[in-house]
Amino acid sequence: MSKLTVTIDHKKIEIPEGSTVLDAARAANVYIPTLCDDPLLEPFGACRLCVVEIEGYRGLPTACSTPATEGMIIHTSSPLVEVNRRTSMNLLLSDHPLDCQHCVANMDCDLQSVAAFVGVREQPYQGERRAYDIDESNPFYGRDLEKCILCGKCVRACDELQGRQAISFGYRGFASKITTPFDLPIWDSTCESCGRCVDMCPTAALYDKSAMKHGTHTGETRTTCPYCGVGCGLVLETRNGEIVGARGDRENSVNEGHTCVKGRYGWEYVQHPDRVKKPLVRQYLLDGKEKSKVTDRKSKDWDFVETDWDTVLNITAEKLATIRDTHGADSIGFMTSAKCLNEENYLMNKLARQVIGTNSIDHCARL
Amino acid sequence: MAGLATTYGSGAMSNSMDDIAANAAAFFIIGSNTTEQHPVFGTKIRRAIQKRGAKLIVADPRRIDITDLATVHLQQKAGSDTALINGLMYLILEKGYEDKSFIAERTVDFEAFKEVIQDYPPEKVSEITSVPVELLHEAAEIMGTSQPMAVMWAMGITQHIKGVRNVMALANMQMLLGNMGIPGGGVNPLRGQNNVQGACDLGGLPNVFPGYQKVTSEEVQKKFAQAWGRGTELKVGKTLTEMIPDVEKGETHALYILGEDPVMSDPDTKHIRANLEACEFVILQEIFQSETAIYADVLLPGSSFAEKTGTFTNTERRVQMVRQAINPVGDSRPDWEIISDLAKRIIARTPRLLPLTAPHAGWDYPDTAAIMAEIAALTPQYSGISHKRLENGERLQWPVRDENHSGTPILHVGQFASGKGKFMPIEHIPPAESPDKDYPYIMSTGRVLYHWHGGQMTRRVKGIMEAYGEALVEVNPEDADNLGINGENAIRLTSRHGSIDTKAWVTDRVPPGMVYANFHFPDASANELTHASLDPVSKIPEYKVTAVKVEKI
Ligand code: SF4
Ligand code: SF4
Repeated sequence: MSKLTVTIDHKKIEIPEGSTVLDAARAANVYIPTLCDDPLLEPFGACRLCVVEIEGYRGLPTACSTPATEGMIIHTSSPLVEVNRRTSMNLLLSDHPLDCQHCVANMDCDLQSVAAFVGVREQPYQGERRAYDIDESNPFYGRDLEKCILCGKCVRACDELQGRQAISFGYRGFASKITTPFDLPIWDSTCESCGRCVDMCPTAALYDKSAMKHGTHTGETRTTCPYCGVGCGLVLETRNGEIVGARGDRENSVNEGHTCVKGRYGWEYVQHPDRVKKPLVRQYLLDGKEKSKVTDRKSKDWDFVETDWDTVLNITAEKLATIRDTHGADSIGFMTSAKCLNEENYLMNKLARQVIGTNSIDHCARL
Repeated sequence: MAGLATTYGSGAMSNSMDDIAANAAAFFIIGSNTTEQHPVFGTKIRRAIQKRGAKLIVADPRRIDITDLATVHLQQKAGSDTALINGLMYLILEKGYEDKSFIAERTVDFEAFKEVIQDYPPEKVSEITSVPVELLHEAAEIMGTSQPMAVMWAMGITQHIKGVRNVMALANMQMLLGNMGIPGGGVNPLRGQNNVQGACDLGGLPNVFPGYQKVTSEEVQKKFAQAWGRGTELKVGKTLTEMIPDVEKGETHALYILGEDPVMSDPDTKHIRANLEACEFVILQEIFQSETAIYADVLLPGSSFAEKTGTFTNTERRVQMVRQAINPVGDSRPDWEIISDLAKRIIARTPRLLPLTAPHAGWDYPDTAAIMAEIAALTPQYSGISHKRLENGERLQWPVRDENHSGTPILHVGQFASGKGKFMPIEHIPPAESPDKDYPYIMSTGRVLYHWHGGQMTRRVKGIMEAYGEALVEVNPEDADNLGINGENAIRLTSRHGSIDTKAWVTDRVPPGMVYANFHFPDASANELTHASLDPVSKIPEYKVTAVKVEKI
């Protein structure tokens, strides 16, 4: 790919042809504030925060939608740019609730951080406020459109990435809002709860209900989704040794940050109270009785009792060794698991074949 | 995937998901509800259709979600897939769309195959499948003119008594069109559970050691005997659908079940329950007290994916890291630790059986990276895979031949694993079960977007239960009318094998004469109704076609 050279804030930089001015700034490590841009989405030019001055250009073009050309000289923080950005930000905020302390996105809000960068800390214009009810119809995320800045990222995420077109821009002027067909609650739309729109929302207009419950996370682990064979990369969000959220891993090329409802919202089972926390063994085994004597499965003999690992593994090892030596290796069947790790499947195979000596091992791929 | 292995020498998905999404001019999806079962891949396909105009042919009796975007939707009768595929190939041949040079250079047995296909003219195929003749023509036209075309399928095509034959028929089709070994083409079985691919790759099958090395080969046995200090007998072991019924025959005495719930996920639930109850010793290693736990003598609490580090292999043969995010819950332990601990205790009881002198005989693994090193030493496809490379961010799709090889995103480039691709003449056979006067409906089973498999995990997520909290059986509005059911009324489904009470969801997703049930909920699991007649080669039970009667209750 051929390269071209531009100058950004007096810094010369080489960039691949086809880059936008915003790409060039990112390559030069020059920060340009944006609210409606995402590298995965088509440029949109709605928030007008990425305006720059380009020598020889009229007005203030938006960096996200202007292609870089050879020899371009760009200024990202000239006085004109600064004033212009502040005005755009003031307009955005004139209609935005400012009770940040009570907001679920507090400290994790693009609008907040961009406003701080631009230098707007209060609301000079007190415009008329839009008033909407919060739509909580979706079990996983809520929609609080009073906080919406109409950047359109959710609409584009749903269209360009999810291919679903569940939401779109509706109405005009002051009444503009992101809406479902016929303005129905989101749960009555074609939304598939993939959460991509929530992920991209720069404010708390779209928020995960779990984040309301748990607060912000303090740790992150990149891993792979436990549900289907697509194998999306996930980032598990943790706090105090517990999972409090999950999102798609943008660095994983399988899904580039995308997920379905199960990957994004299906992690709760990990910490469900039903988890078995101690090894369990039937009472008759602890008493050294024969199973054939346990005729009534409701009797005490068949009670599942908690025990320690040593006890349960010794009982199990003894039984397996005895059955192998009495009835032969092929009298023991192994079902390995399509949910478990590769390394664990290998060990099940080694246990069956090497330690017991049977090829009777299978799993549920057939199923 | 026995069918593919017969034709090509390898049963795995041949192409990569991003490659297919970017390069296929057409998709042929048969027996896969892709947007609900493999949702993120489904979105990639949707984008390819919406944004770059790729064509889509869907063959599915149901009007599943993705059919909204289909250029052609073929609603073949349940159980008539082979006839449909053969019929399409008839038309491809008639129009001369076959790739003659591919057939000549890379395949064998074309003539015998072609002869069988002559038995499938459109009128006859239309009669068997109830797909209109014009639609057959339309589909064949797209297949012949939009190249490359990728074929995708899932359990919908393999869970038939003739699943293996269906797969071979699709393999024939892709050879006929010259769609193998190229970007945007290929045969692409979509794996259900997250690590089915890995379980198959690493010896979780009764006929092969890790890496599909046959247990019936003396050379392979020698290799493992040398590595482990002990091999097995030169004979194929029992499949799951054999080992369980063998309890009642007195031939299976113990079952060790890792992270599976056969009571929920296997057909003919009643029969399974009886066998598990009769078994002398049942070991269950699980994170929940599943339905199967009722029959377990011991329950070893394993850890979930979030509590351990290792790898999964996805449907496109890509090995990926799983990393520990939290401590094991309670006293649970990662499954690999439990298995090695147990192995050591069994060996200690009979040390003479297994001298631990061979290079990979031992069971002292400090971590899963060490296990992966052993896998790499013994599994040709995984030779070049290590946790270190994965941690460096490398994209590794097997086969990865050595540390310097960068993996294989597309299989069968230039040559098939087995040399030449073999055309297999495949005839249509009617399904084992067909509807009659007493059981007039065809029931098909599968999954829904919000749930997963036996529902062990998803039924324990509050939001998911709010979204889809009970078993619903899809019934066509016309049938609902005749049966006097409307809205979400209670119904009873009865097959020759069992009966469940559940609720109807009246929807035209299913055609008249068909009902669709899932197996995510224990009180109304569709597997109470299914039967265990097996595909003779792959031993996959017949789930997709069960005759039932439907009553309002
Ligand atoms: S959750 Fe996904 S499907 Fe639903 S509106 Fe957002 S992006 Fe669209
Ligand atoms: S996020 Fe959804 S599509 Fe991706 S692996 Fe998980 S279950 Fe599959």
